[in-house]
Amino acid sequence: MSILVGRHTRVLVQGITGDAGRFHTEQMLEYGTNIVAGVTPGKGGTTVAGVPVFNTVSEAVDATGANASVIYVPPAFAADAVMEAVDAGLELVVTITEGIPVLDMVKVKRAMEGTKTRLIGPNCPGVITPGESKIGIMPGYIHKPGKVGIVSRSGTLTYEAVHQLTTRGIGQSTAVGIGGDPVKGMEFIDVLELFEADPDTEAVVLIGEIGGTAEEAAAAWIEAHMTKPVVAFIGGQTAPPGKRMGHAGAIISGGQGTAKEKMARLEAAGIPVAKSPAEIGETLVKTLREKGLLERVLS
Amino acid sequence: MNIHEYQGKALLRSYGVPVPRGDVAFTPEEAETVARSLGGDLYVVKAQIHAGGRGKAGGVKLAKSPEEVRALASQMIGQTLVTHQTGPSGKIVRRVLIEEGTAIAKEFYIGLVVDRVSGRVVMMASSEGGVEIEEVAKTSPEKIVKVTIDPVLGLMPYQARQLAFAIGIPAHLVSQAVRFMLGLYQVFVEKDASVAEINPLVLTTDDRIVALDAKFNFDHNALFRHPDLMELRDLDEEDPKETEASKYDLSYIALDGNIGCMVNGAGLAMATMDIIKFYGGEPANFLDVGGGASREKVTAAFKIILADEKVEGIFVNIFGGIMRCDVIAEGIIAAARDVGIDRPLVVRLEGTNVELGKKLLDASGLDIVSADSMADGAEKIVSLVRERRGQK
Repeated sequence: MSILVGRHTRVLVQGITGDAGRFHTEQMLEYGTNIVAGVTPGKGGTTVAGVPVFNTVSEAVDATGANASVIYVPPAFAADAVMEAVDAGLELVVTITEGIPVLDMVKVKRAMEGTKTRLIGPNCPGVITPGESKIGIMPGYIHKPGKVGIVSRSGTLTYEAVHQLTTRGIGQSTAVGIGGDPVKGMEFIDVLELFEADPDTEAVVLIGEIGGTAEEAAAAWIEAHMTKPVVAFIGGQTAPPGKRMGHAGAIISGGQGTAKEKMARLEAAGIPVAKSPAEIGETLVKTLREKGLLERVLS
Repeated sequence: MNIHEYQGKALLRSYGVPVPRGDVAFTPEEAETVARSLGGDLYVVKAQIHAGGRGKAGGVKLAKSPEEVRALASQMIGQTLVTHQTGPSGKIVRRVLIEEGTAIAKEFYIGLVVDRVSGRVVMMASSEGGVEIEEVAKTSPEKIVKVTIDPVLGLMPYQARQLAFAIGIPAHLVSQAVRFMLGLYQVFVEKDASVAEINPLVLTTDDRIVALDAKFNFDHNALFRHPDLMELRDLDEEDPKETEASKYDLSYIALDGNIGCMVNGAGLAMATMDIIKFYGGEPANFLDVGGGASREKVTAAFKIILADEKVEGIFVNIFGGIMRCDVIAEGIIAAARDVGIDRPLVVRLEGTNVELGKKLLDASGLDIVSADSMADGAEKIVSLVRERRGQK
């Protein structure tokens, strides 16, 4: 009843002894995430919130059977941390770190070609399968187990969307924040493929923003391959061109990547787009009602 | 981060990439001195601002003598230059680049960008130099050729040759062009650039390949490993409010409207601007206080918004995840105590410690309108600002 993460996920936290790593390890444990190990070079043999800490990822994997990693390592060292996780053969690496140099990610992406690891992020809130496993920094309590998948380039705007769903009685199968950087791991389409194949996901909410052409590519893919209903929202309709709107990837450059173009392309693919960020939940409800699917996602 | 043309050219020169001889001047006298040291009988005076389109706006002029250079420099320095990239208010020219004149036989375009789709650096070249590349992309996309660069190999000579031949560099100059491109790529990766544009790249009448312009943008995230680039930052080119915000590591962008926004998270901050517009208002700024903001950071953010005279009302929209609502509340209260809030303030809090945050705001005695949702908040601030205008 989910994608990417669930009860089976055995999580390792890279950068577990830092402030963010420690705090979120506690939060994830409290949510019920199965955290089996932490890694901080030089801190091997200690524990954080009862979780054993190792010096290297491969040592941690050998000792605990971890199959996923979440990275809270500072930006200057984060690319190295991702590659250490990839090299240890982890299936999933979730990189929370914001501010990784783009050319570091270019190298990481190249080095990951042909490996079995899936990367989420960087600069993302993480991934959560409500009621089972939360890997990242999102507030767990706003989520509700259910049947709508969420994929988003944003963090807090995802919380906003989740909240709108939960308060309408609509739970989520899995919510994936793919992050706001221009060069990253999983893209919209990679996540949409998983949602399409997941028998317990009935519909998907896609949250995009200005910059790049990932939303346009997603629209084309949905049109050609997706049988489940998708609704969307695009942030940055009022953003001026040439300015980086917080996220490294959120910039309109050379007349490309405007919200208007993206909304038009999505609508042309038959995907309802919420006009205002406050209408994401309503747009989904209306779409599912029209298709006679609303009852299936309410719980 | 953007730098000036003369700084970009100095960078290219240090990597052996050919650029015209020249130097920067801050006064007409310096401009004349630079011209004299260059010698020759043709000079170019170029206004240095962080925006394109200078030529059409009168920011690039030819001179035949050092005296004329001085005269042109004194016209330019202190003038406001309005180009299609500066916005209607334009930018004040504070420095000029004085260069030797170049006899141009043909103009080309070379650019490097990080391509999101392939996740790699792409080099683009075009036979249509000296015009906006976006224009070329629109009208004759076939005139732009591209190669995708493997980060392990770097730009290979064969790829550079491919581009050089494709844009019509004469055969006997191709190896010169290849050296140019390899040098440019080296600058790009070693300095963590995110955009590099040489427009135009020129072929001179005496068979040299030279960068007549140089535009660089560097990856903000990589500046920590380039202290040399940090020194090139020109605060005069930035909005003072944006400079102030960057001191606190706040992501702030000034806009033209009258409703100040304080939000956590870039996506929600953009969406908040959108929803203000949706209800008929105009956002005065984009402001993301970030994930783990402290009370001090929130206070600083709030003061920056209040310092903007255009701001007639403020909308705080917080969905606490890592960011705790009580910290936001404390920051607002501290800022209000320090500077006073003389404009309508609507606060929407949701998420971690929301009840505690609301309690703090209620107990503060501040004149705050609370909102239940982002739509409710946006509607309220838009109508409060309207009412206030009506009263005036």
